[in-house]
Amino acid sequence: MFSFCTDPSVLSTPAWFACYFTTGKLMLFYASFGTVLLLLAITAPVALGFGFAGAAAARARFAPLSWLGKLYIAMVRGVPDIVFFLFFVIALDQGFEYLRHKVKCPDWTDPIRQGSDFIVCDAAKLPLSTAPQIWHEVYGFSLAVLTFSIVFGAFAANVLYGAMRAVPHAQLETAEAYGMTHRQTFWRVLIPQMWVYALPGLSNLWMVLIKATPLLFLLGVEDIVYWARELGGAKTARFSDYPHADWRVWYFLGLLVFYLLFTRVSEIALAKLMTRLTHGQATVGGEAQRKAA
Amino acid sequence: MSCWDVVADYGLRSLGIGERLLPRDDFTLCKQAVLIGSGMIWNVYFGIVALVSGFFLATALAVGKASPRWLPRKLSEWFIFLFRGSPLFIQFFFAYFLFLSLKSVSPIFAPFSSAWLGALVVLFFNTAAYSGEIFYGALLSVPKGDVEAADAYGFSGWPRFRRIVWPTMLRLAWPAYTNEAIFLFHATTLVFFSGFPAWQQRGDALYYANYFADKTFNPFVAYPILAGYFIVLTLLIIWLFGAINRRLNRHLPQARRSKVRYRPNLLR
Repeated sequence: MFSFCTDPSVLSTPAWFACYFTTGKLMLFYASFGTVLLLLAITAPVALGFGFAGAAAARARFAPLSWLGKLYIAMVRGVPDIVFFLFFVIALDQGFEYLRHKVKCPDWTDPIRQGSDFIVCDAAKLPLSTAPQIWHEVYGFSLAVLTFSIVFGAFAANVLYGAMRAVPHAQLETAEAYGMTHRQTFWRVLIPQMWVYALPGLSNLWMVLIKATPLLFLLGVEDIVYWARELGGAKTARFSDYPHADWRVWYFLGLLVFYLLFTRVSEIALAKLMTRLTHGQATVGGEAQRKAA
Repeated sequence: MSCWDVVADYGLRSLGIGERLLPRDDFTLCKQAVLIGSGMIWNVYFGIVALVSGFFLATALAVGKASPRWLPRKLSEWFIFLFRGSPLFIQFFFAYFLFLSLKSVSPIFAPFSSAWLGALVVLFFNTAAYSGEIFYGALLSVPKGDVEAADAYGFSGWPRFRRIVWPTMLRLAWPAYTNEAIFLFHATTLVFFSGFPAWQQRGDALYYANYFADKTFNPFVAYPILAGYFIVLTLLIIWLFGAINRRLNRHLPQARRSKVRYRPNLLR
Protein backbone atom coordinates (compact mmCIF):
# COMPACT_ATOMS: atom_id res chain seq x y z
CA MET A 1 0.00 0.00 0.00
CA PHE A 2 2.59 2.54 1.09
CA SER A 3 5.85 3.11 -0.77
CA PHE A 4 8.00 2.29 2.28
CA CYS A 5 6.50 -1.18 2.58
CA THR A 6 8.81 -2.83 0.07
CA ASP A 7 11.19 -4.25 2.70
CA PRO A 8 9.30 -5.19 5.89
CA SER A 9 12.39 -6.33 7.77
CA VAL A 10 13.78 -2.82 8.27
CA LEU A 11 10.58 -1.10 9.39
CA SER A 12 9.89 0.32 12.84
CA THR A 13 6.94 -1.17 14.73
CA PRO A 14 4.25 1.45 13.88
CA ALA A 15 5.28 1.51 10.24
CA TRP A 16 5.31 -2.31 10.17
CA PHE A 17 1.74 -2.39 11.46
CA ALA A 18 0.69 0.33 9.02
CA CYS A 19 1.95 -1.91 6.23
CA TYR A 20 0.53 -5.08 7.77
CA PHE A 21 -2.97 -3.66 8.12
CA THR A 22 -3.08 -2.53 4.49
CA THR A 23 -2.00 -5.75 2.77
CA GLY A 24 -4.26 -7.23 0.12
CA LYS A 25 -5.28 -10.15 2.31
CA LEU A 26 -6.31 -7.85 5.14
CA MET A 27 -8.41 -5.91 2.62
CA LEU A 28 -10.27 -9.16 1.88
CA PHE A 29 -10.77 -9.54 5.64
CA TYR A 30 -12.30 -6.04 5.84
CA ALA A 31 -14.47 -6.79 2.81
CA SER A 32 -15.81 -9.91 4.56
CA PHE A 33 -17.38 -7.64 7.21
CA GLY A 34 -19.35 -6.31 4.24
CA THR A 35 -20.39 -9.90 3.44
CA VAL A 36 -21.80 -10.26 6.94
CA LEU A 37 -23.65 -6.93 6.76
CA LEU A 38 -24.98 -7.85 3.30
CA LEU A 39 -26.25 -11.16 4.67
CA LEU A 40 -28.04 -9.33 7.49
CA ALA A 41 -29.46 -6.73 5.11
CA ILE A 42 -30.92 -9.38 2.78
CA THR A 43 -31.89 -12.00 5.37
CA ALA A 44 -33.77 -9.71 7.74
CA PRO A 45 -36.51 -8.59 5.29
CA VAL A 46 -36.73 -11.97 3.52
CA ALA A 47 -37.02 -13.83 6.84
CA LEU A 48 -39.66 -11.34 7.95
CA GLY A 49 -41.54 -12.10 4.75
CA PHE A 50 -41.27 -15.85 5.32
CA GLY A 51 -42.39 -15.33 8.90
CA PHE A 52 -45.34 -13.22 7.85
CA ALA A 53 -46.43 -15.81 5.31
CA GLY A 54 -46.04 -18.56 7.90
CA ALA A 55 -48.03 -16.70 10.56
CA ALA A 56 -50.75 -15.75 8.08
CA ALA A 57 -50.94 -19.36 6.88
CA ALA A 58 -51.22 -20.62 10.47
CA ARG A 59 -54.25 -18.33 10.95
CA ALA A 60 -55.91 -19.42 7.71
CA ARG A 61 -59.40 -20.94 7.83
CA PHE A 62 -58.45 -23.56 5.23
CA ALA A 63 -57.27 -26.41 7.47
CA PRO A 64 -54.37 -27.90 5.40
CA LEU A 65 -52.86 -24.41 4.93
CA SER A 66 -53.15 -23.77 8.65
CA TRP A 67 -51.44 -27.09 9.42
CA LEU A 68 -48.66 -26.19 7.03
CA GLY A 69 -48.15 -22.85 8.78
CA LYS A 70 -48.19 -24.45 12.22
CA LEU A 71 -45.73 -27.11 11.09
CA TYR A 72 -43.37 -24.39 9.85
CA ILE A 73 -43.67 -22.55 13.18
CA ALA A 74 -43.04 -25.75 15.11
CA MET A 75 -40.07 -26.69 12.92
CA VAL A 76 -37.41 -24.95 14.98
CA ARG A 77 -38.68 -26.24 18.28
CA GLY A 78 -36.68 -28.96 19.93
CA VAL A 79 -33.98 -29.23 17.28
CA PRO A 80 -30.79 -27.12 17.30
CA ASP A 81 -30.86 -24.48 14.57
CA ILE A 82 -27.37 -25.42 13.41
CA VAL A 83 -28.76 -28.77 12.28
CA PHE A 84 -31.15 -26.94 9.97
CA PHE A 85 -28.33 -24.81 8.65
CA LEU A 86 -26.23 -27.82 7.74
CA PHE A 87 -29.25 -29.72 6.43
CA PHE A 88 -30.79 -27.04 4.23
CA VAL A 89 -27.62 -26.08 2.43
CA ILE A 90 -27.19 -29.60 1.02
CA ALA A 91 -30.90 -30.30 0.68
CA LEU A 92 -31.61 -27.07 -1.21
CA ASP A 93 -28.61 -27.58 -3.46
CA GLN A 94 -29.68 -31.12 -4.32
CA GLY A 95 -33.29 -30.02 -4.69
CA PHE A 96 -32.43 -27.31 -7.23
CA GLU A 97 -30.16 -29.64 -9.20
CA TYR A 98 -32.81 -32.37 -9.16
CA LEU A 99 -35.48 -30.01 -10.52
CA ARG A 100 -33.17 -28.69 -13.25
CA HIS A 101 -32.20 -32.23 -14.08
CA LYS A 102 -35.86 -33.23 -14.56
CA VAL A 103 -36.45 -30.22 -16.84
CA LYS A 104 -33.21 -30.15 -18.84
CA CYS A 105 -32.43 -33.86 -19.27
CA PRO A 106 -35.76 -35.70 -19.54
CA ASP A 107 -34.24 -38.65 -21.43
CA TRP A 108 -31.65 -39.47 -18.75
CA THR A 109 -32.16 -43.04 -17.56
CA ASP A 110 -29.53 -43.62 -14.83
CA PRO A 111 -30.66 -43.21 -11.23
CA ILE A 112 -29.59 -39.94 -9.61
CA ARG A 113 -28.49 -41.49 -6.33
CA GLN A 114 -25.87 -44.13 -7.04
CA GLY A 115 -24.61 -45.37 -3.70
CA SER A 116 -22.95 -42.38 -2.09
CA ASP A 117 -23.06 -40.22 -5.21
CA PHE A 118 -25.57 -37.68 -6.37
CA ILE A 119 -25.29 -37.54 -10.16
CA VAL A 120 -27.21 -35.16 -12.39
CA CYS A 121 -26.49 -34.38 -16.04
CA ASP A 122 -23.91 -31.69 -16.79
CA ALA A 123 -26.47 -29.19 -18.02
CA ALA A 124 -28.28 -29.35 -14.67
CA LYS A 125 -25.26 -28.54 -12.50
CA LEU A 126 -25.61 -25.39 -10.45
CA PRO A 127 -23.72 -23.28 -11.25
CA LEU A 128 -22.46 -24.78 -14.51
CA SER A 129 -18.98 -26.20 -14.23
CA THR A 130 -17.87 -23.76 -16.93
CA ALA A 131 -19.12 -20.74 -15.00
CA PRO A 132 -16.51 -18.33 -13.65
CA GLN A 133 -15.47 -18.51 -9.99
CA ILE A 134 -17.56 -15.51 -8.99
CA TRP A 135 -20.79 -17.35 -9.81
CA HIS A 136 -19.81 -20.23 -7.59
CA GLU A 137 -19.32 -17.79 -4.73
CA VAL A 138 -22.57 -15.97 -5.47
CA TYR A 139 -24.42 -19.28 -5.56
CA GLY A 140 -22.90 -20.36 -2.24
CA PHE A 141 -23.82 -17.05 -0.67
CA SER A 142 -27.39 -17.19 -2.01
CA LEU A 143 -27.84 -20.69 -0.62
CA ALA A 144 -26.64 -19.39 2.75
CA VAL A 145 -29.07 -16.45 2.59
CA LEU A 146 -31.96 -18.75 1.69
CA THR A 147 -31.08 -21.13 4.54
CA PHE A 148 -30.85 -18.29 7.05
CA SER A 149 -34.17 -16.92 5.79
CA ILE A 150 -35.98 -20.24 6.14
CA VAL A 151 -34.71 -20.86 9.68
CA PHE A 152 -35.19 -17.30 10.90
CA GLY A 153 -38.50 -17.10 9.04
CA ALA A 154 -39.70 -19.87 11.32
CA PHE A 155 -38.63 -17.86 14.38
CA ALA A 156 -40.27 -14.73 12.96
CA ALA A 157 -43.48 -16.68 12.21
CA ASN A 158 -43.50 -17.67 15.86
CA VAL A 159 -43.22 -14.07 17.00
CA LEU A 160 -45.76 -12.70 14.51
CA TYR A 161 -48.26 -15.46 15.22
CA GLY A 162 -48.08 -14.58 18.92
CA ALA A 163 -48.40 -10.87 18.13
CA MET A 164 -51.48 -11.44 15.96
CA ARG A 165 -53.12 -13.26 18.83
CA ALA A 166 -52.17 -10.45 21.23
CA VAL A 167 -54.22 -7.84 19.37
CA PRO A 168 -57.37 -7.34 21.51
CA HIS A 169 -60.16 -9.46 20.10
CA ALA A 170 -62.71 -6.68 20.57
CA GLN A 171 -60.93 -4.74 17.81
CA LEU A 172 -61.59 -7.53 15.31
CA GLU A 173 -65.19 -7.94 16.46
CA THR A 174 -65.79 -4.21 16.03
CA ALA A 175 -64.37 -4.38 12.52
CA GLU A 176 -66.72 -7.21 11.64
CA ALA A 177 -69.62 -5.37 13.22
CA TYR A 178 -68.91 -2.53 10.79
CA GLY A 179 -69.30 -5.01 7.96
CA MET A 180 -65.65 -5.53 7.02
CA THR A 181 -64.84 -8.79 5.32
CA HIS A 182 -62.37 -11.25 6.80
CA ARG A 183 -59.69 -9.99 4.44
CA GLN A 184 -60.32 -6.33 5.21
CA THR A 185 -60.21 -7.01 8.95
CA PHE A 186 -56.89 -8.77 8.55
CA TRP A 187 -55.19 -6.06 6.50
CA ARG A 188 -56.76 -2.91 7.93
CA VAL A 189 -57.21 -3.73 11.61
CA LEU A 190 -55.07 -6.68 12.65
CA ILE A 191 -51.82 -5.96 10.79
CA PRO A 192 -51.38 -2.27 11.71
CA GLN A 193 -51.92 -3.01 15.40
CA MET A 194 -49.79 -6.13 15.47
CA TRP A 195 -46.36 -4.51 15.18
CA VAL A 196 -46.12 -3.01 18.63
CA TYR A 197 -46.76 -6.44 20.15
CA ALA A 198 -44.29 -8.05 17.76
CA LEU A 199 -41.45 -5.59 18.27
CA PRO A 200 -39.94 -7.01 21.50
CA GLY A 201 -39.83 -10.46 19.91
CA LEU A 202 -38.51 -9.14 16.62
CA SER A 203 -35.76 -7.12 18.31
CA ASN A 204 -34.75 -10.24 20.20
CA LEU A 205 -34.72 -12.05 16.86
CA TRP A 206 -32.50 -9.38 15.30
CA MET A 207 -29.99 -9.89 18.13
CA VAL A 208 -30.14 -13.62 17.55
CA LEU A 209 -29.64 -13.11 13.82
CA ILE A 210 -26.56 -10.96 14.43
CA LYS A 211 -25.15 -13.64 16.69
CA ALA A 212 -25.91 -16.37 14.15
CA THR A 213 -23.87 -14.75 11.36
CA PRO A 214 -20.59 -16.53 12.24
CA LEU A 215 -22.35 -19.74 11.21
CA LEU A 216 -21.84 -18.55 7.63
CA PHE A 217 -18.40 -20.04 8.05
CA LEU A 218 -19.94 -23.50 8.42
CA LEU A 219 -21.89 -22.99 5.20
CA GLY A 220 -18.69 -22.53 3.25
CA VAL A 221 -18.82 -18.76 2.74
CA GLU A 222 -15.53 -16.90 3.17
CA ASP A 223 -16.71 -14.71 6.03
CA ILE A 224 -14.94 -12.96 8.90
CA VAL A 225 -14.39 -16.20 10.82
CA TYR A 226 -12.75 -17.80 7.78
CA TRP A 227 -10.37 -14.88 7.28
CA ALA A 228 -9.60 -14.54 11.00
CA ARG A 229 -8.52 -18.19 11.05
CA GLU A 230 -6.56 -17.85 7.82
CA LEU A 231 -4.76 -14.62 8.61
CA GLY A 232 -4.18 -15.20 12.29
CA GLY A 233 -2.45 -18.54 11.78
CA ALA A 234 1.31 -18.63 12.11
CA LYS A 235 2.96 -17.21 9.01
CA THR A 236 6.45 -18.00 7.95
CA ALA A 237 8.56 -15.89 5.64
CA ARG A 238 8.01 -18.44 2.90
CA PHE A 239 4.35 -17.61 2.48
CA SER A 240 4.18 -13.99 3.43
CA ASP A 241 6.31 -10.91 3.77
CA TYR A 242 4.86 -10.32 7.22
CA PRO A 243 5.90 -13.21 9.45
CA HIS A 244 4.29 -13.30 12.85
CA ALA A 245 3.41 -15.83 15.52
CA ASP A 246 -0.05 -17.37 15.99
CA TRP A 247 -2.26 -14.29 16.19
CA ARG A 248 -5.63 -16.00 15.90
CA VAL A 249 -6.45 -15.11 19.49
CA TRP A 250 -6.07 -11.40 18.64
CA TYR A 251 -8.13 -11.73 15.48
CA PHE A 252 -10.92 -13.42 17.38
CA LEU A 253 -10.68 -10.80 20.11
CA GLY A 254 -11.29 -8.27 17.34
CA LEU A 255 -14.37 -10.21 16.17
CA LEU A 256 -15.62 -10.42 19.75
CA VAL A 257 -15.37 -6.64 20.11
CA PHE A 258 -17.04 -6.15 16.72
CA TYR A 259 -20.03 -8.24 17.77
CA LEU A 260 -20.27 -6.59 21.20
CA LEU A 261 -20.33 -3.14 19.62
CA PHE A 262 -22.84 -4.23 16.99
CA THR A 263 -25.12 -5.64 19.71
CA ARG A 264 -24.82 -2.48 21.80
CA VAL A 265 -25.64 -0.19 18.87
CA SER A 266 -28.62 -2.38 17.90
CA GLU A 267 -29.90 -2.33 21.49
CA ILE A 268 -29.85 1.46 21.59
CA ALA A 269 -31.47 1.82 18.15
CA LEU A 270 -34.22 -0.69 18.94
CA ALA A 271 -34.96 1.00 22.27
CA LYS A 272 -35.47 4.29 20.38
CA LEU A 273 -37.76 2.56 17.87
CA MET A 274 -39.77 1.00 20.67
CA THR A 275 -40.26 4.43 22.29
CA ARG A 276 -41.53 5.79 19.00
CA LEU A 277 -43.90 2.87 18.32
CA THR A 278 -45.44 2.81 21.81
CA HIS A 279 -46.28 6.52 21.46
CA GLY A 280 -50.04 6.88 21.76
CA GLN A 281 -50.71 3.15 22.15
CA ALA A 282 -53.20 1.89 24.71
CA THR A 283 -50.53 -0.13 26.53
CA VAL A 284 -48.63 0.27 29.79
CA GLY A 285 -45.66 1.74 27.93
CA GLY A 286 -47.79 4.22 26.03
CA GLU A 287 -49.59 5.28 29.20
CA ALA A 288 -46.26 5.85 30.97
CA GLN A 289 -45.12 8.06 28.08
CA ARG A 290 -48.34 10.07 28.25
CA LYS A 291 -47.94 10.67 31.98
CA ALA A 292 -44.30 11.68 31.62
CA ALA A 293 -45.10 14.25 28.92
CA MET B 1 -23.71 -58.28 11.31
CA SER B 2 -26.78 -57.57 13.38
CA CYS B 3 -27.66 -54.24 14.89
CA TRP B 4 -26.59 -55.47 18.35
CA ASP B 5 -23.06 -56.05 17.09
CA VAL B 6 -23.05 -52.50 15.79
CA VAL B 7 -24.15 -51.27 19.21
CA ALA B 8 -21.33 -53.25 20.82
CA ASP B 9 -18.81 -51.84 18.33
CA TYR B 10 -19.88 -48.24 18.12
CA GLY B 11 -22.11 -47.61 21.14
CA LEU B 12 -19.33 -45.95 23.14
CA ARG B 13 -17.22 -44.88 20.15
CA SER B 14 -17.41 -41.21 21.17
CA LEU B 15 -15.58 -42.09 24.39
CA GLY B 16 -12.94 -44.08 22.53
CA ILE B 17 -14.26 -47.50 23.56
CA GLY B 18 -14.93 -50.11 20.89
CA GLU B 19 -14.15 -50.08 17.18
CA ARG B 20 -11.47 -47.54 16.36
CA LEU B 21 -12.22 -46.84 12.69
CA LEU B 22 -15.41 -45.12 11.70
CA PRO B 23 -17.41 -46.96 9.02
CA ARG B 24 -16.15 -46.16 5.53
CA ASP B 25 -18.85 -47.77 3.42
CA ASP B 26 -22.13 -49.60 3.84
CA PHE B 27 -23.72 -46.89 5.94
CA THR B 28 -26.72 -48.75 7.32
CA LEU B 29 -29.46 -46.98 9.21
CA CYS B 30 -28.40 -48.87 12.34
CA LYS B 31 -24.79 -47.69 12.13
CA GLN B 32 -25.86 -44.08 11.68
CA ALA B 33 -28.36 -44.20 14.55
CA VAL B 34 -25.89 -45.90 16.92
CA LEU B 35 -22.96 -43.59 16.18
CA ILE B 36 -25.04 -40.42 16.37
CA GLY B 37 -26.53 -41.71 19.62
CA SER B 38 -23.02 -42.38 20.87
CA GLY B 39 -22.18 -38.76 20.15
CA MET B 40 -25.15 -37.65 22.24
CA ILE B 41 -23.12 -38.72 25.31
CA TRP B 42 -20.99 -35.61 24.78
CA ASN B 43 -23.98 -33.32 24.34
CA VAL B 44 -25.54 -34.62 27.54
CA TYR B 45 -22.24 -34.36 29.43
CA PHE B 46 -21.63 -30.75 28.34
CA GLY B 47 -25.23 -29.79 28.99
CA ILE B 48 -25.58 -31.29 32.45
CA VAL B 49 -22.21 -30.23 33.86
CA ALA B 50 -22.50 -26.68 32.48
CA LEU B 51 -26.08 -26.33 33.66
CA VAL B 52 -25.42 -27.55 37.22
CA SER B 53 -22.24 -25.54 37.72
CA GLY B 54 -23.62 -22.51 35.87
CA PHE B 55 -26.63 -22.43 38.16
CA PHE B 56 -24.52 -21.34 41.14
CA LEU B 57 -22.58 -18.70 39.25
CA ALA B 58 -25.86 -17.44 37.78
CA THR B 59 -27.31 -16.94 41.26
CA ALA B 60 -24.18 -15.05 42.29
CA LEU B 61 -24.36 -12.91 39.14
CA ALA B 62 -28.03 -12.09 39.70
CA VAL B 63 -27.38 -11.06 43.30
CA GLY B 64 -24.32 -9.11 42.15
CA LYS B 65 -26.26 -7.26 39.47
CA ALA B 66 -28.98 -6.34 41.94
CA SER B 67 -26.41 -5.28 44.54
CA PRO B 68 -26.40 -1.64 45.70
CA ARG B 69 -22.59 -1.70 45.80
CA TRP B 70 -20.76 -0.41 42.74
CA LEU B 71 -18.05 -3.03 42.22
CA PRO B 72 -20.07 -6.28 42.23
CA ARG B 73 -22.81 -4.61 40.19
CA LYS B 74 -20.47 -3.41 37.45
CA LEU B 75 -18.58 -6.72 37.39
CA SER B 76 -21.78 -8.74 36.97
CA GLU B 77 -23.18 -6.34 34.37
CA TRP B 78 -20.04 -6.55 32.27
CA PHE B 79 -19.80 -10.31 32.58
CA ILE B 80 -23.40 -10.72 31.47
CA PHE B 81 -23.03 -8.25 28.61
CA LEU B 82 -19.82 -9.89 27.42
CA PHE B 83 -21.33 -13.37 27.17
CA ARG B 84 -24.82 -12.39 26.04
CA GLY B 85 -23.66 -9.79 23.55
CA SER B 86 -21.30 -11.95 21.51
CA PRO B 87 -21.93 -15.15 19.55
CA LEU B 88 -21.17 -18.39 21.33
CA PHE B 89 -19.41 -19.55 18.18
CA ILE B 90 -16.88 -16.70 18.43
CA GLN B 91 -16.52 -17.33 22.17
CA PHE B 92 -15.53 -20.93 21.47
CA PHE B 93 -12.98 -19.88 18.87
CA PHE B 94 -11.55 -17.16 21.08
CA ALA B 95 -11.33 -19.42 24.12
CA TYR B 96 -9.65 -22.19 22.15
CA PHE B 97 -6.94 -19.93 20.75
CA LEU B 98 -6.55 -18.21 24.13
CA PHE B 99 -5.98 -21.56 25.84
CA LEU B 100 -3.58 -22.55 23.06
CA SER B 101 -1.45 -19.46 23.70
CA LEU B 102 -1.67 -19.92 27.47
CA LYS B 103 -0.54 -23.51 27.03
CA SER B 104 2.88 -22.32 25.89
CA VAL B 105 3.07 -20.15 29.02
CA SER B 106 2.18 -22.84 31.53
CA PRO B 107 1.40 -26.57 31.14
CA ILE B 108 -1.49 -26.15 33.59
CA PHE B 109 -3.54 -24.94 30.64
CA ALA B 110 -2.89 -28.03 28.50
CA PRO B 111 -6.21 -29.77 29.33
CA PHE B 112 -8.09 -26.54 28.62
CA SER B 113 -7.24 -26.74 24.93
CA SER B 114 -9.18 -30.00 24.61
CA ALA B 115 -12.92 -29.88 24.29
CA TRP B 116 -13.94 -31.76 27.43
CA LEU B 117 -12.65 -28.99 29.66
CA GLY B 118 -12.10 -25.92 27.46
CA ALA B 119 -15.52 -25.97 25.81
CA LEU B 120 -17.08 -26.81 29.14
CA VAL B 121 -15.61 -23.65 30.67
CA VAL B 122 -17.06 -21.53 27.85
CA LEU B 123 -20.48 -23.18 28.14
CA PHE B 124 -20.36 -22.74 31.93
CA PHE B 125 -19.70 -18.99 31.65
CA ASN B 126 -22.20 -18.64 28.83
CA THR B 127 -25.10 -20.34 30.56
CA ALA B 128 -24.23 -18.52 33.80
CA ALA B 129 -24.56 -15.19 31.99
CA TYR B 130 -27.88 -16.06 30.31
CA SER B 131 -29.39 -17.59 33.47
CA GLY B 132 -27.95 -14.75 35.55
CA GLU B 133 -29.96 -12.28 33.50
CA ILE B 134 -33.09 -14.43 33.91
CA PHE B 135 -32.56 -14.71 37.68
CA TYR B 136 -31.87 -10.98 37.93
CA GLY B 137 -35.21 -10.23 36.29
CA ALA B 138 -36.92 -12.64 38.69
CA LEU B 139 -35.07 -11.16 41.68
CA LEU B 140 -36.48 -7.72 40.85
CA SER B 141 -40.01 -9.10 40.67
CA VAL B 142 -39.98 -10.87 44.04
CA PRO B 143 -43.13 -9.46 45.73
CA LYS B 144 -42.37 -6.64 48.14
CA GLY B 145 -44.79 -8.13 50.69
CA ASP B 146 -42.75 -11.36 50.91
CA VAL B 147 -39.61 -9.47 51.89
CA GLU B 148 -41.51 -7.25 54.34
CA ALA B 149 -43.08 -10.31 55.95
CA ALA B 150 -39.60 -11.85 56.28
CA ASP B 151 -38.38 -8.68 57.98
CA ALA B 152 -41.35 -8.78 60.35
CA TYR B 153 -40.46 -12.34 61.34
CA GLY B 154 -36.92 -11.27 62.13
CA PHE B 155 -35.22 -12.77 59.08
CA SER B 156 -32.25 -10.89 57.73
CA GLY B 157 -29.10 -11.37 55.69
CA TRP B 158 -28.32 -14.91 54.57
CA PRO B 159 -31.31 -16.69 56.17
CA ARG B 160 -33.68 -14.22 54.53
CA PHE B 161 -32.07 -14.80 51.14
CA ARG B 162 -31.87 -18.57 51.56
CA ARG B 163 -35.42 -19.08 52.95
CA ILE B 164 -37.51 -16.34 51.34
CA VAL B 165 -35.94 -14.47 48.42
CA TRP B 166 -34.11 -17.28 46.68
CA PRO B 167 -36.99 -19.81 46.48
CA THR B 168 -39.34 -17.12 45.21
CA MET B 169 -36.77 -15.98 42.67
CA LEU B 170 -36.37 -19.54 41.43
CA ARG B 171 -40.12 -20.02 41.22
CA LEU B 172 -40.55 -16.87 39.14
CA ALA B 173 -37.56 -17.58 36.92
CA TRP B 174 -38.26 -21.27 36.37
CA PRO B 175 -40.28 -21.13 33.10
CA ALA B 176 -37.64 -18.94 31.45
CA TYR B 177 -34.87 -21.06 32.94
CA THR B 178 -36.38 -24.16 31.37
CA ASN B 179 -35.98 -22.59 27.94
CA GLU B 180 -32.43 -21.61 28.79
CA ALA B 181 -31.68 -25.24 29.66
CA ILE B 182 -33.14 -26.42 26.35
CA PHE B 183 -31.07 -23.93 24.40
CA LEU B 184 -27.95 -24.81 26.35
CA PHE B 185 -28.31 -28.41 25.19
CA HIS B 186 -28.82 -27.18 21.63
CA ALA B 187 -25.75 -24.99 21.94
CA THR B 188 -23.57 -27.97 22.86
CA THR B 189 -23.71 -29.01 19.19
CA LEU B 190 -21.47 -26.07 18.33
CA VAL B 191 -18.49 -27.37 20.33
CA PHE B 192 -16.85 -29.53 17.69
CA PHE B 193 -17.73 -27.13 14.87
CA SER B 194 -15.79 -24.27 16.36
CA GLY B 195 -12.15 -24.18 17.38
CA PHE B 196 -12.11 -27.31 19.48
CA PRO B 197 -10.91 -30.30 17.47
CA ALA B 198 -12.45 -33.75 17.89
CA TRP B 199 -9.53 -35.84 19.11
CA GLN B 200 -9.38 -39.29 17.39
CA GLN B 201 -12.78 -38.55 15.83
CA ARG B 202 -14.49 -38.66 19.21
CA GLY B 203 -17.13 -36.05 18.53
CA ASP B 204 -20.63 -35.16 19.54
CA ALA B 205 -23.87 -36.14 17.80
CA LEU B 206 -23.70 -33.39 15.18
CA TYR B 207 -20.10 -34.29 14.41
CA TYR B 208 -21.12 -37.83 13.46
CA ALA B 209 -24.29 -36.71 11.67
CA ASN B 210 -22.18 -34.34 9.60
CA TYR B 211 -19.68 -37.13 8.94
CA PHE B 212 -22.43 -39.36 7.53
CA ALA B 213 -24.02 -36.54 5.53
CA ASP B 214 -20.64 -35.78 3.97
CA LYS B 215 -19.81 -39.40 3.23
CA THR B 216 -23.17 -40.38 1.76
CA PHE B 217 -23.92 -36.95 0.31
CA ASN B 218 -27.42 -37.51 1.59
CA PRO B 219 -28.66 -35.18 4.33
CA PHE B 220 -32.09 -36.80 4.52
CA VAL B 221 -31.07 -39.66 6.82
CA ALA B 222 -28.42 -38.52 9.30
CA TYR B 223 -29.91 -35.13 10.21
CA PRO B 224 -33.44 -36.41 10.87
CA ILE B 225 -31.94 -39.08 13.17
CA LEU B 226 -30.11 -36.32 15.05
CA ALA B 227 -33.29 -34.23 15.15
CA GLY B 228 -35.13 -37.20 16.64
CA TYR B 229 -32.55 -37.57 19.42
CA PHE B 230 -32.79 -33.88 20.22
CA ILE B 231 -36.58 -33.87 20.29
CA VAL B 232 -36.45 -36.73 22.82
CA LEU B 233 -33.85 -34.84 24.86
CA THR B 234 -35.96 -31.67 24.77
CA LEU B 235 -39.04 -33.59 25.94
CA LEU B 236 -37.00 -35.09 28.80
CA ILE B 237 -35.81 -31.64 29.88
CA ILE B 238 -39.36 -30.26 29.76
CA TRP B 239 -40.58 -33.20 31.84
CA LEU B 240 -37.81 -32.88 34.45
CA PHE B 241 -38.05 -29.10 34.73
CA GLY B 242 -41.83 -29.34 34.83
CA ALA B 243 -41.56 -31.68 37.82
CA ILE B 244 -39.24 -29.22 39.59
CA ASN B 245 -41.60 -26.39 38.69
CA ARG B 246 -44.50 -28.24 40.30
CA ARG B 247 -42.43 -28.66 43.45
CA LEU B 248 -41.45 -24.99 43.54
CA ASN B 249 -45.10 -23.97 43.13
CA ARG B 250 -46.65 -26.55 45.42
CA HIS B 251 -47.59 -24.06 48.18
CA LEU B 252 -49.60 -21.85 45.82
CA PRO B 253 -53.28 -22.14 44.94
CA GLN B 254 -53.82 -23.89 41.62
CA ALA B 255 -54.73 -20.78 39.63
CA ARG B 256 -51.60 -18.80 40.56
CA ARG B 257 -49.07 -21.44 39.58
CA SER B 258 -46.81 -20.46 36.71
CA LYS B 259 -46.68 -23.00 33.92
CA VAL B 260 -43.62 -23.83 31.91
CA ARG B 261 -44.31 -22.53 28.43
CA TYR B 262 -41.94 -23.33 25.66
CA ARG B 263 -40.86 -20.07 23.97
CA PRO B 264 -38.20 -20.68 21.40
CA ASN B 265 -37.37 -17.06 20.58
CA LEU B 266 -34.34 -17.00 22.82
CA LEU B 267 -31.17 -18.22 21.25
CA ARG B 268 -27.49 -17.66 21.32
